Amino acid sequence: MRRKEEQRENMSKAKEKSVRKRSGEEEQEEEIFSFSSKQPAEEEEEGGEGGGRRGGRRICPTARTACSPAWRILGVTVRRRRRRREEEEEGDVKSGDEEETAQQGAPSVLKEQEEEGGEKEDEYENDTSDEEDIRNTVGNVPMEWYRDFPHLGYDLDGRKIYKPIRSQDELDHFLDKMENPDYWRTVHDKQTGSDITLSEEQVALVRRLQSGRFGDVDFNEYQPTVEYFSRDVMLHPVTNRPADKRSFIPSLIEKEKVSKLVHAIKMGWIKPRRVEDDSRGRYYDLWASEDSSILARHKMHLPAPKIPLPGHQESYNPPPEFLFNEEERALWEQQDAADRKLPFVPRKFSSLRSVPAFPRFVHERFERCLDLYLCPRQRKMRVNVDPEDLIPKLPKPRDLQPFPTTQSLVYRGHSGLIRSISVSPTGQWLASGSDDGSVRFWEVCSSRCLKTVQVGGAVRSVTWNPNTAVCLLAVALDSRVLLLSPSLADRQVVSASELLLSDKEGAEPVQGAESLVTWSEAEGEELNEGIRLKIQHPKAVHQVAWHAKGDYLASVMPDHSSHLQVLIHQVSRRRSQNPFRRNKGLVQRVSFHPLRPYFFVATQRSVRIYNLLKQEMTKKLQANAKWISSMAVHPGGDHVICGSYDCRLSWFDLDLSTKPYRMLRHHKKAVRGVAYHRFYPLFASASDDGSVIVCHGTVYNDLLQNPLIVPVKVLRGHAVSQDLGVLDVTFHPSQPWVFSSGADATIRLYT
Amino acid sequence: MGGLQKKKFERGSATNYITRNKARKKLQLSLPDFRRLCILKGIYPHEPKHKKKVNKGSTAPRTFYLLKDIRFLLHEPIVGKFRDYKVFVRKLRKAYGKSEWTSVERLRENKPTYKLDHIIKERYPTFIDALRDIDDALCMCFLFSTFARTGKCHVQTIQLCRRLTVEWMNYIITSRALRKVFLSIKGIYYQVEVMGQLITWLVPYQFAHDHPTDVDYRVMATFTELYTTLLGFVNFRLYHSLNLVYPPKLDGKAEAELKEEDEEGYAMNSESYSEKLSALGGSLARVVSAGEEEEAEVDQFPVEGEDMEKMEAREKEQKELEAQKRLFEGLKVFLNREVPRESLAFILRCFGAEVSWDKSVCIGSTFDVTDETITHQIVDRPNAEKQYINRYYIQPQWVYDCVNAKILLPVQDYFLGVTLPPHLSPFVEEKEGDYIPPEKLKIMALKRGEKSEEEEEEEEEGEGEEEEEDEDEDAEEDEDEEEEDVAEEMNLKKMEKQRSQGKSLSVKVTPGKVKAENPARLEQEEKAEEKRLAIMMMKKKEKYLYDKIMFGKKRKIREANKLAAKRKAHDDAEKVAKKKKAKKQ
Repeated sequence: MRRKEEQRENMSKAKEKSVRKRSGEEEQEEEIFSFSSKQPAEEEEEGGEGGGRRGGRRICPTARTACSPAWRILGVTVRRRRRRREEEEEGDVKSGDEEETAQQGAPSVLKEQEEEGGEKEDEYENDTSDEEDIRNTVGNVPMEWYRDFPHLGYDLDGRKIYKPIRSQDELDHFLDKMENPDYWRTVHDKQTGSDITLSEEQVALVRRLQSGRFGDVDFNEYQPTVEYFSRDVMLHPVTNRPADKRSFIPSLIEKEKVSKLVHAIKMGWIKPRRVEDDSRGRYYDLWASEDSSILARHKMHLPAPKIPLPGHQESYNPPPEFLFNEEERALWEQQDAADRKLPFVPRKFSSLRSVPAFPRFVHERFERCLDLYLCPRQRKMRVNVDPEDLIPKLPKPRDLQPFPTTQSLVYRGHSGLIRSISVSPTGQWLASGSDDGSVRFWEVCSSRCLKTVQVGGAVRSVTWNPNTAVCLLAVALDSRVLLLSPSLADRQVVSASELLLSDKEGAEPVQGAESLVTWSEAEGEELNEGIRLKIQHPKAVHQVAWHAKGDYLASVMPDHSSHLQVLIHQVSRRRSQNPFRRNKGLVQRVSFHPLRPYFFVATQRSVRIYNLLKQEMTKKLQANAKWISSMAVHPGGDHVICGSYDCRLSWFDLDLSTKPYRMLRHHKKAVRGVAYHRFYPLFASASDDGSVIVCHGTVYNDLLQNPLIVPVKVLRGHAVSQDLGVLDVTFHPSQPWVFSSGADATIRLYT
Repeated sequence: MGGLQKKKFERGSATNYITRNKARKKLQLSLPDFRRLCILKGIYPHEPKHKKKVNKGSTAPRTFYLLKDIRFLLHEPIVGKFRDYKVFVRKLRKAYGKSEWTSVERLRENKPTYKLDHIIKERYPTFIDALRDIDDALCMCFLFSTFARTGKCHVQTIQLCRRLTVEWMNYIITSRALRKVFLSIKGIYYQVEVMGQLITWLVPYQFAHDHPTDVDYRVMATFTELYTTLLGFVNFRLYHSLNLVYPPKLDGKAEAELKEEDEEGYAMNSESYSEKLSALGGSLARVVSAGEEEEAEVDQFPVEGEDMEKMEAREKEQKELEAQKRLFEGLKVFLNREVPRESLAFILRCFGAEVSWDKSVCIGSTFDVTDETITHQIVDRPNAEKQYINRYYIQPQWVYDCVNAKILLPVQDYFLGVTLPPHLSPFVEEKEGDYIPPEKLKIMALKRGEKSEEEEEEEEEGEGEEEEEDEDEDAEEDEDEEEEDVAEEMNLKKMEKQRSQGKSLSVKVTPGKVKAENPARLEQEEKAEEKRLAIMMMKKKEKYLYDKIMFGKKRKIREANKLAAKRKAHDDAEKVAKKKKAKKQ
């Protein structure tokens, strides 16, 4: 009995050791001893046993989980066997124990337990499981804590359990190792502090497990599985439990769900699965029936213009002239991308294989896409006219002859610019007034200067008396108007003119204007030179104009702020009068109507026509010009031309309108002088650009026919000095000749 | 004056236009959707004549659409689809957010799709309209078919584009409609004549694109969507007009030929078939297997009001065209692996040549390099190591130049290692006064049947220069005149000065020179002056127009002269270089 107890103790110790000792290598051993189906419980138990151990366990979790079902089965079989044995024991008490052990081998521990159980039935009666038999109730504390104590925990009664006396040093160890044949199967149990020698069976078990086999020798791992449940319907139910009530009534939750779905389908929230139609990529004859109903898109639709086709420059191997040279390349690089003529630089490649990809290809395509859908389209009417058709069909100048065509004579002698010229009504003499303070008389045909009169001031204007019966010249300089009798005619004529000027004794001042103007006769030297009368004005006189009959003389004194701008003098009676009471603008030019008692006054922007008899204004012509420089009246009296400083020449038809009938912009610079021919349908204009333009201007008697204006000749010759070109122009009274005077101190005759 | 006061901007042009934002709101679409709709329907903005009036007095820059256009869009069924799609995206996002995978799947299955057939029909009521507008479609499809299969757009789109372009090319080959080709630095231009419509498209060179970042591929994809539909329908119709099977199938004969070859390289049968089609090697199957080359002679009807000359000219043109169609007939061409295979095969087959290539380049090669009957081999490398005597080794430009010249050009200019003659654009049609490069003159002379001798060439050049000089003369004449005048004047002035200074004139009688008066020239002068005077009398508006036209003309002449001068300088420099070389030798 004593021996048995010892044995039991030993066994229990071994068991405890196997439970507690769980270093990585010994894990399997532990499993061997605890044929436990209660692994989770065990684990819980071990939960508090410190991190180190846990870590050790975790090293091979897969191995453990893999094994666990097998263990469980094992446990079941063991239990069964035990039960059977118990039954057997009931039959023949404690008889065939030894044979069994020999048979089983593996659970030798159990056998011993059984043996014990046989004796102490009270203790193990209800022990269905293989719960560990823990003698050392040390608890969950590491065994190191007992290292320095002589005991190892306490037994159930609270007495210390002493460590077995071990006084082995290294040498003893060694000797033991050398001498003890069972040393290799001796294991130290930390829990109890004793050494345990494993039996043959135990070693065999360890070996089996190490080699990965089942612990049980008899266990056949390949035996056919017995399925508890199969697909065959069994005759008898597994349980006898009647079916629940809820299995007969439909589920409320499901009903709710279904009704929701039904509602959603009804409302169209959920669509039934679409029938797959593969007609998307299928083509057919779309234009099988070409009906014209949709042909009529609205008129505004414009098809997109096509991309312009490439030229030679775009070739991979263009002719050399299309390649850029240095400057063109530099220019191309400088220019903004929008301004460039070509969007790329032409390049030449020696062979097709060396042509690279065009880097902007995708860009260009994309830009085209943008153009197609973002650009407003507009129909641009391209003018497809022959430029020749635009040129107006005018009669040929050749058919409109005669007119001056070539420069034939140049009159030189003046040293200053010649502001004014005038041809005598006979057409034999030409008078010119210059800034050098002289008036010269020229013979027209020979260009000889017959006479020079020094008048002592810059001459602004000279005018021959249009009356052929007298030979008089009016000269305007500074604030004086001189009347010259140059005695360049028959004696009769000269005497007639002398008479006109001299017999004025009876005349007495009548008008109030008289006080402004003083008439005086020239004396001495001046008389010899031909100056007969001097009319002293209050202000500088710019122009003088004769009446057609030759008795009246108008003088212009431009002044912004005065109503005294125009004076009309009667030579025969030496009388002067101021016709206007009010200032109507800066007067530029005046002129008498050639036939009727009308008086033309050109102010800065308009021409006013006054009736001298009725003493009222009859017409106001609006010249669409900024500043009128000159004016001429047609010998018929129904047409007026005005030259202006803004390069224009306006032709007024008095019967037509107060607006210009035609604006001519032939000159490049300011128009200085205009003139009509007395007989021929010609007029000329002189300009600062150094040219005289002669135009044909036929006036028809028929009121319905508008005047025909054709430029016929551009006459050049004058040099431009100080931005002044031709200053005055006048026609010969009988010949189609034109005279012009310029800033280069010459007078030229064109015939 | 009773009556209601008229309100501003309630009639007239203000009511005909609508701003973009308003249109968008009216259609209840987002801006991208609106844009897509505009692209698909071909609606574009309009520029009103009086912007301020339309803009209700404001001058802010706005985009205007015609109100009619927008009303027209209102009835478009696709607008509804767009809205559906918007809802679909919203639902899908929501389902994703909630991780409801079943509903994601369900939504995916019910993804709204739309078809563009009716839009195509509406935009192009007749087939000719569609053909007229197919340039852009072709350009775009050819571009997309060269894209990589990954990245910028759906693989299906790329594959579809590829399929459609191959179909198109096959049709062109069968109908022999190709007219002009041009190798530019951008790509290769082709011009075909289909049903009387000239259609031009551009194919990029076969390189990977480096996709720019500032391009909106969504816009391009929308265009492509429309264009693929259009091109598909056009292809269908064109194939049926030639009694070809659509989708295209290779002819039985050609197929048998191709069958012999190994097909291990292509795993899928369908894939290999499409590759074979795209190799452009074989002829296509017909619905009715008609006898080959059976074309009814077209009867000629004299058009009223057309004289014999015109008719003859037309006949001649017709003959030329027929000749051009058979340009390469009888040639057997082998393409080396470094030349652009697809382009060359396309062109050569279009004009009746037999083409083949190395087996490893592409499926569908019909004969080998070693074939003795090959007449031309197209090579683009400095020299070929192994040459056969009975064939020409030429550079690819020869093919393109021949097509443009409509004759077989002499091959010696295109041999290996030879400096190629310039490649000219066939699209430039020189009018009078335009600059014509000498190479073109040469080709024209060749066509007329003259021998291309260097001398002749030079003569022609000389003529050209003379013409230019004539033009110059016109301009210079006036100046000459003036100069003469000035000279005379100077003389006179001198004399007069002397006279006026009171010097005794050194009287000298010199023999007078008889001025040779050229009556023709005089007349010309007179005319020129007449013209100048008439120009003076022009009205302001007409004058402006006239000046503009004349300015354009002058600029053209100047440019032509500049090009000619550049060419001359270049030629001179080359001559000098040649001489130097000769001297050295």
